[in-house]
Amino acid sequence: MSELTLERESSTTDFVGGKWQTEINVRDFIQKNYTPYDGDSSFLAGPTEATTKLWQECCELFKKERENGGVLDMDTKIVSTIVSHGAGYIDKDLEKIVGLQTDKPLKRSLQPFGGIRMAETSCKSYGYEVDPEITEIFTKYRKTHNQGVFDVYTPEMRAARHAAILTGLPDAYGRGRIIGDYRRIALYGIDRLIEDKKEQHASVDGEMTPDKIQLKEELAEQIRALEEMKELGQIYGYDISKPAKNAKEAVQWLYFGYLSAVKEQNGAAMSLGRTSTFLDIFIERDLKNGTLTESEAQELIDHFIMKLRLVKFARTPEYNSLFSGDPTWVTESIGGVGVDGRHMVTKNSFRYLHTLENLGTAPEPNMTVLWSKRLPHNFKQYAAHISIKTSSIQYENDDLMRVTHGDDYAIACCVSSMVVGKEMQFFGARANLAKCLLYAINGGVDERLKTQVGPKFRPITSEYLNYDEVIERYEDMMEWLAGLYVNTLNCIHYMHDKYCYERSQMALHDRDVKRYFATGIAGLSVVADSLSAIKYAKVKAIRDEDGVVVDYEIEGDYPKYGNNDDRVDEIAVHVVKKFMAMIRKHFTYRNSIPTMSILTITSNVVYGKKTGNTPDGRKQGVPLAPGANPMHGRDSHGAVASLASVAKLPFNDAQDGISNTFSIIPNALGKDDVFMGDLDIQLDCGCCEGTCQ
Amino acid sequence: MTEIYGNIHSIESCGTVDGPGIRFVIFTQGCPLRCQYCHNPDSWDFKENQKMSVEEILEQYEGVKEFCTGGVTVTGGEPMAQMDFVTELFKTFKEKGIHTALDTSGLYFNRENTEKVDELLKYTDLVLLDIKHIDNEEHIKLTKHSNKNILDFAKYLSEINKPVWIRHVVVPGITFKEEYLTRLGQFLAGLHNIKALDVLPYHDMAIPKYENLGIDYPLKGVPPLTHDEAKKARNIIIEALKSEREKINK
Repeated sequence: MSELTLERESSTTDFVGGKWQTEINVRDFIQKNYTPYDGDSSFLAGPTEATTKLWQECCELFKKERENGGVLDMDTKIVSTIVSHGAGYIDKDLEKIVGLQTDKPLKRSLQPFGGIRMAETSCKSYGYEVDPEITEIFTKYRKTHNQGVFDVYTPEMRAARHAAILTGLPDAYGRGRIIGDYRRIALYGIDRLIEDKKEQHASVDGEMTPDKIQLKEELAEQIRALEEMKELGQIYGYDISKPAKNAKEAVQWLYFGYLSAVKEQNGAAMSLGRTSTFLDIFIERDLKNGTLTESEAQELIDHFIMKLRLVKFARTPEYNSLFSGDPTWVTESIGGVGVDGRHMVTKNSFRYLHTLENLGTAPEPNMTVLWSKRLPHNFKQYAAHISIKTSSIQYENDDLMRVTHGDDYAIACCVSSMVVGKEMQFFGARANLAKCLLYAINGGVDERLKTQVGPKFRPITSEYLNYDEVIERYEDMMEWLAGLYVNTLNCIHYMHDKYCYERSQMALHDRDVKRYFATGIAGLSVVADSLSAIKYAKVKAIRDEDGVVVDYEIEGDYPKYGNNDDRVDEIAVHVVKKFMAMIRKHFTYRNSIPTMSILTITSNVVYGKKTGNTPDGRKQGVPLAPGANPMHGRDSHGAVASLASVAKLPFNDAQDGISNTFSIIPNALGKDDVFMGDLDIQLDCGCCEGTCQ
Repeated sequence: MTEIYGNIHSIESCGTVDGPGIRFVIFTQGCPLRCQYCHNPDSWDFKENQKMSVEEILEQYEGVKEFCTGGVTVTGGEPMAQMDFVTELFKTFKEKGIHTALDTSGLYFNRENTEKVDELLKYTDLVLLDIKHIDNEEHIKLTKHSNKNILDFAKYLSEINKPVWIRHVVVPGITFKEEYLTRLGQFLAGLHNIKALDVLPYHDMAIPKYENLGIDYPLKGVPPLTHDEAKKARNIIIEALKSEREKINK
């Protein structure tokens, strides 16, 4: 013990001390030690020769992968675990940061714990066959998450899933959306983390309730995962039992943590966290010591990012069509402002973005700038510059999220915020509220399948739809949907914990994590416009021979969501508040805190295919608008009015995120370099901080 | 007082190219010019489109003002065709401390009677002055009107020291000629109120609008001006402006 402590101190003595030394507290370490950077990007270094060469090799592999139909190679025999594979390299001599998911770059690992059929289908669709012995094991002897879920689904749940009023449920794929605090490994070393986890394990005692039994078992699993992480380090010739001694080790230790996660979990989003400013502390120290140059620092980050770009999973074509490709959502959150008012931009924040220049543009890792008015001007300029150049940066509102999460949260997937190592979420896909409205009109009969899916409430029988009547029926139907939805998710997450537990990611969390129960809705703008049409225009219901309403005729015009018009925007706000309140009424697995998102980015296309004609005039099959977007082409008052409608949605009732997909041609964003504002008089309008130049 | 209404084509809540910053942009309906490259032919007709009071516009602005930090721009159409309305509008915005920009061709300017213009300019922070063509005959060909009033308006704005951005659409074969660009630069050299030169490369993205309106597109076959050509045009204007100023200073 004493020896261990000494070692730790020797590598961290020149850091400012604090609570982080006596407890696992990365945030405290960051706050005490990081150096805010206000300067510009001129310090940045270009790619080293090794970087260029290595990336060239990766690009060739990507090319081969494309030529090979989307997959370069697949593992069909070895079930992926943290230590399942020997060391793998792209080009060993050139790599400053090492570690691959399998023994070869881009070879997709076999992860059957979520579901053996999913694993088989993924392989089959690319011409591979899972080893029969593996299939046998995961059919006969070892149950999977998918099997577990279908063992307990009720007929109603199956019907709702089949009709796609509940959509994209993580019952056949990994739920993801959990961010391990990978920084802990660099700061503390694995041994200290195990020590901590053992204490936690011992602390669960007394009357062993099912909750406690589950927690204690999980803690044991976490300890096992940490041991394996150490072994993973050894496979690559590193001893990660102790804290990282320098910047290179810090990046490497952190990456081993992340690598363990993606070796074990094929989650829908495998996000990285908030690592850049943390790592900057190590880099700054080495730069000051003279043991690292700027070029070497950039090289470490470039090689690290390169590894993240290589992360791939075996997935089915259906999965890819739902998510438009096979995104990994390696989201890294950059910048933001601390609760003490200091911004958290460091030189390393620049270095991360600079990889988009050194390695070229790429969708992964998903660089996310936590935007605040108080970010330094130079960083804003640089981020804008990189955005214009690469279109590869995502921006999210730190001023909004900091209020809830403080200054050490990160984004999982695209918008889900959670405090790193302290909060996690149970991802819950979406309930299709547009379809729910059709159920309200048709008394629970699915408009496409013509079968009773929802409860057999009285259908609406009038020729013209009456707003008060529709809204009353709609709220009844939403009430039903909320209950069924939460219930279904409870089953899913129970089984995910049981058969596909994220032990390596949870090993990098506190003992008692705050769990969010992340529900979501799709079709909000269709609902708002439909109800607006019913209220402000005349909507005639067209019924088929069985009396099911299959189409609508609108007479007159109506206010449309997306034009900053309260008449309809308030309907959208009302629906969000109402549905969230209904969700909150129900028991949620592990006492998780229910949240809601309005954030489809791509899956709205698939949802639209499965939703019949709607009273707003949208036709069957037409995509729902993504997230909280207005329906395509209906926002006629310009971008700001459109955004203003979206901005009215209450974050408190959609805490898991509200997305608005917004495309604009660069020229519409302002003047480029043809514009001249220097005709002997300074262009000084006092309103644009010189940006019009 | 009877309430004044504007004949409005449309409102854009996120304008980033019509003046400094992100702006609330009001497009008026109706324009006397028929610029061959016009990308808003739907705003030519003076017939009533959308009748709006100053209050109604202000109300819309209030809903998005947090975003429109640059201020408000009135463009068209030709805003000066609705002088009383725009004056009233700017007066109201100015009272609230909001930056106002007037995007105009200046065609309606008449030095003999500047009373109304002066009143409007009193509430105008910035004029975006569109000089369509420096050569009068070419100007008539391009727009069906003379540029006499327009150039005179430019001089007048300089005399009263009103801040101006000069906008100039550069069209291959029409304004993209060294001679004309040089003459424009020389003209600008005599003005002392110019804050910026906004060279707008011609594009043909309005063709579908013409098709919808059933109007023959006058510049069929004229290629869009490239970015490099736009830069070149700008440099010619700037160079001419500089050397002319040197001459004047000598």
